[in-house]
Amino acid sequence: MTKHFLLGTAGGLALTVGLASAAAAQSTTLTIATVNNGDMVRMQGLTDDFSEQNPDIQLEWVTLEENVLRQNVTTDISTGGGQYDVITIGTYEVPIWAQNDWLVSLSDGMSEDWNESDLLPAVASGLSVDGELYAAPFYGESSMVMYRTDLMEEAGLEMPDAPTWEFIREAAAAMTDRENDINGICLRGKAGWGENAAFLTAMANSFGARWFDEDWNAQFDSEAWSNTLNFYLDMMEESGPASAANNGFNENLTLFQQGKCGMWIDATVAASFVTNPDDSQVADKVGFALAPDNGLGKRSNWLWAWSLAIPSSSDNVDAAKTFISWATGQGYSELVAENEGWANVPPGTRASLYENPEYLAAAPFAQMTLDSINSADPTNPTVDPVPYTGVQFVAIPEFQGIGTQVGQQFSAALAGQQSAEEALAAAQQLTTEEMEAAGY
Amino acid sequence: MARAITTRKKIMWTALSWGIGLLIFFPILWTFLTSFKSEATAIADPPVWFLFDWTTVNYTDVLERSNYPLALTNSIIIALGSTLLGIIIAVPAAWAMAFVPGKRTKDVLLWMLSTKMLPAVGVLYPLVLIAKYFGILDSRILMVVILMLINLPIIVWMLYTYFREIPVDILEAARMDGANLKSEILYVLTPMALPGIASTILLNIILAWNEAFWTILLTTVSAAPLTKFIASFSAPEGLFYAKLSAASMMAIAPILIMGWFSQKQLVRGLTFGAVK
Amino acid sequence: MATEHSKAAARIMIAPAVFVLLVWMLVPLCMTLYFSFADYRPLRATFEPWIGFDNYVSFFTSSSFISSVVTTLQMVGGILCITIVGGVLLALLLDQPMFGQGIVRILVIAPFFVMPTVSALVWKNMFFNVDNGLFSYLYAALGLQPYDFLSQAPLLSIIVIVAWQWLPFATLILLTAVQSLSSEQLEAAEMDGAPGLSRFWYIILPHLSRAITVVILIQTIFLLSIFAEIFVTTNGAFGTRTLTYLVYQRVLESQNIGLGSAGGIIAVILANIVALFLMRIVGKNLDN
Repeated sequence: MTKHFLLGTAGGLALTVGLASAAAAQSTTLTIATVNNGDMVRMQGLTDDFSEQNPDIQLEWVTLEENVLRQNVTTDISTGGGQYDVITIGTYEVPIWAQNDWLVSLSDGMSEDWNESDLLPAVASGLSVDGELYAAPFYGESSMVMYRTDLMEEAGLEMPDAPTWEFIREAAAAMTDRENDINGICLRGKAGWGENAAFLTAMANSFGARWFDEDWNAQFDSEAWSNTLNFYLDMMEESGPASAANNGFNENLTLFQQGKCGMWIDATVAASFVTNPDDSQVADKVGFALAPDNGLGKRSNWLWAWSLAIPSSSDNVDAAKTFISWATGQGYSELVAENEGWANVPPGTRASLYENPEYLAAAPFAQMTLDSINSADPTNPTVDPVPYTGVQFVAIPEFQGIGTQVGQQFSAALAGQQSAEEALAAAQQLTTEEMEAAGY
Repeated sequence: MARAITTRKKIMWTALSWGIGLLIFFPILWTFLTSFKSEATAIADPPVWFLFDWTTVNYTDVLERSNYPLALTNSIIIALGSTLLGIIIAVPAAWAMAFVPGKRTKDVLLWMLSTKMLPAVGVLYPLVLIAKYFGILDSRILMVVILMLINLPIIVWMLYTYFREIPVDILEAARMDGANLKSEILYVLTPMALPGIASTILLNIILAWNEAFWTILLTTVSAAPLTKFIASFSAPEGLFYAKLSAASMMAIAPILIMGWFSQKQLVRGLTFGAVK
Repeated sequence: MATEHSKAAARIMIAPAVFVLLVWMLVPLCMTLYFSFADYRPLRATFEPWIGFDNYVSFFTSSSFISSVVTTLQMVGGILCITIVGGVLLALLLDQPMFGQGIVRILVIAPFFVMPTVSALVWKNMFFNVDNGLFSYLYAALGLQPYDFLSQAPLLSIIVIVAWQWLPFATLILLTAVQSLSSEQLEAAEMDGAPGLSRFWYIILPHLSRAITVVILIQTIFLLSIFAEIFVTTNGAFGTRTLTYLVYQRVLESQNIGLGSAGGIIAVILANIVALFLMRIVGKNLDN
């Protein structure tokens, strides 16, 4: 009996091992690099649904803070390291990387129900090169004004749907109540090309400023930039929070959710966070308006989409396409709606979402988001003509280095370490240096 | 009774040192407390100290969202592996430098230390390309080798200064007694060298555990240690202090506990020849 | 005593360590040197193997170079000052008779075990943050306006964070040195009626000088390459960009590997000048 038992066990073991290795032979493991933003963390939590549909594909998540993620992914892709099968990148990187043949085209091989024509044209065109799509948008955003309806009322003002900067500044001053720790306006001040440089570039567009003239000469010595920066600094001085120079998107989000901001001009994607009663103390008192303008024909809203792409160095392109089809398809929206409610569905990528009555009912910010996204024009972002595309960035490889350093100058001005003029002069000098080094 | 110590004086010193000790320790204590708070309590105004609803939800969240056991295993393997490999290479070198010093010994030692000045990011691309060429990106062996190389100068230096304090007379006495080289090493020198080796090992485990440039940039999943695990909890959207605190505690607790238990050994050899 | 035979043996014993470090020094360093003369910008798909000294010239003449060197020196100097003065005081304090000395020592050395990233995150968010940081509550409790440490005193904030991590290391080494001071020497001085301060100045401090040089040497080696603390707290803004960080920006943010490599080579040369200078002092101190 003992003998039988042993034999049986051994046989069972052999069988198990055999089966396991057979399964291993078929299954592919995808390594997915993504940002630790709320929507992506939620996607990671919903992995089970994908595994049920695709038992032969294992997912390995590398969820990192944005800056660390960028370090890792950029190093990997520019050396052809091949560590990742799916990467999360934005509208800025996609065209540049695609032109270097670093990304796999998504124009074919996606699953059948993944409907490319349903993608919002503004978003899809930013992710395409020569008509081929190189990344699938996971969520898209523009920027808009989020404001506290109760404070606005107390101040005796009414927010128009399309405010001007002058109105914003007046309203901010009126809403500011330092005794009660309420700042009229919270804006990005933290240095970085994706932080304050993005915000100020978009703002500068509405003031008639631009990064470069048509011969790629830096324009920080222009009057329009001086107006932009001075207006921003004065308004923040009057009505901004004490920590403004260290506040990026996340910091301002926390402040707004705690009820410490009267207005906040930032990514439309934040709308679902500030109206979510679980996280936000002011969930039922938030109104939305278009990003402000100055009557010059350009508003200060930007366009961005966090997107999933496949590096050409990946060995698992087919499985990666299956995953991206799942994560950016309509089915995923329904999955999120089922689990977390319609308001938490990743916004700003598909036209069908904005035709869905359930979503429109659950998301009071839906129409404003769509309008903002549709009104952003990356190919023609400024009042005066420019040689570049991109609203809140300049779509050239040098921009992330320059943008961060220029952002640091602006941030130092906001912290009171230098004047607006000094900051602009420094920005002008360093941009000129860098552009010369880059051979422009 | 060489120095009369009044109890009053002792109490005074006790109070002062405890005060300063707690002050220095406070950030860790605060992180520990915050890790058991809810996100809202973590930023409560005024701050709450001990009387709050203690919850372990942050720890379960963190465990659910990332592969902590794997990161912990990697940290342990990388820290231990690089330290042991370093010790194996360094002990003979330090030994020879200490007992058979030549004209060049000091120069060699100083040159070794100067290799630590290499700014990591300057050689990032070369290293990634080399690792890619050998197909060892994101492997534990790569991390073990790199961290060993980074810390080797410190290991050699520490061992050298420690070995040098071993009195040579003892060796000669042993030789007079007819001991051969093997028993000389085995019975006379090793017992005297062990404390130094032990504290060198400890210090280097700490340094390797906390290294946060190479471990973040050269790993993705399978070799990613706790330093990378932390990067997924810094600065997410919304409130995160409590979760960040929980993740931080999980990353530092193993090394903190090891350090506390072995602090006597650590201190004994941590002199770098500073004491005559 | 050292025979030819034992010398040969010694050489063999040293060889592996020297060999691996040579490889470590030379292979990546040579590649960096090679890149530093190249126009290597992966994002532009540019690789031109020889452009002469252009990268060096642009790195040297860039408006950020000198300020980054100054920042590096200030940062390292500030941290060294705090850790050494604090370390000496703490070591003397821990040497006094007291209850629970072991526990106090455990408390004091704890920061040394904390990862740089973790300590930077904890300090930045839970202490320095204006809206939710503890210092702000402290300021408010004292009736003061909250102070934004990271933008108003950025360099000092980073110095505090790093000094907090390295204070235990300095304290431990100095404590061993303090304890090795024979109590007879001290008592003799006490008998002579020397007051506390002069006892410290003429007996204790000279005795510690060797330990202090060691602390300076070891810490400088680590401090010159500070990265995580800057990356997490200010990202190089507000004049906290050290030379190491500048090289990082060139390599990873601007993706100009050639320029960054030139910066790396310059940093190696500067660091070695500092090292040589330090080691002369320390070497002299350690010779006897």
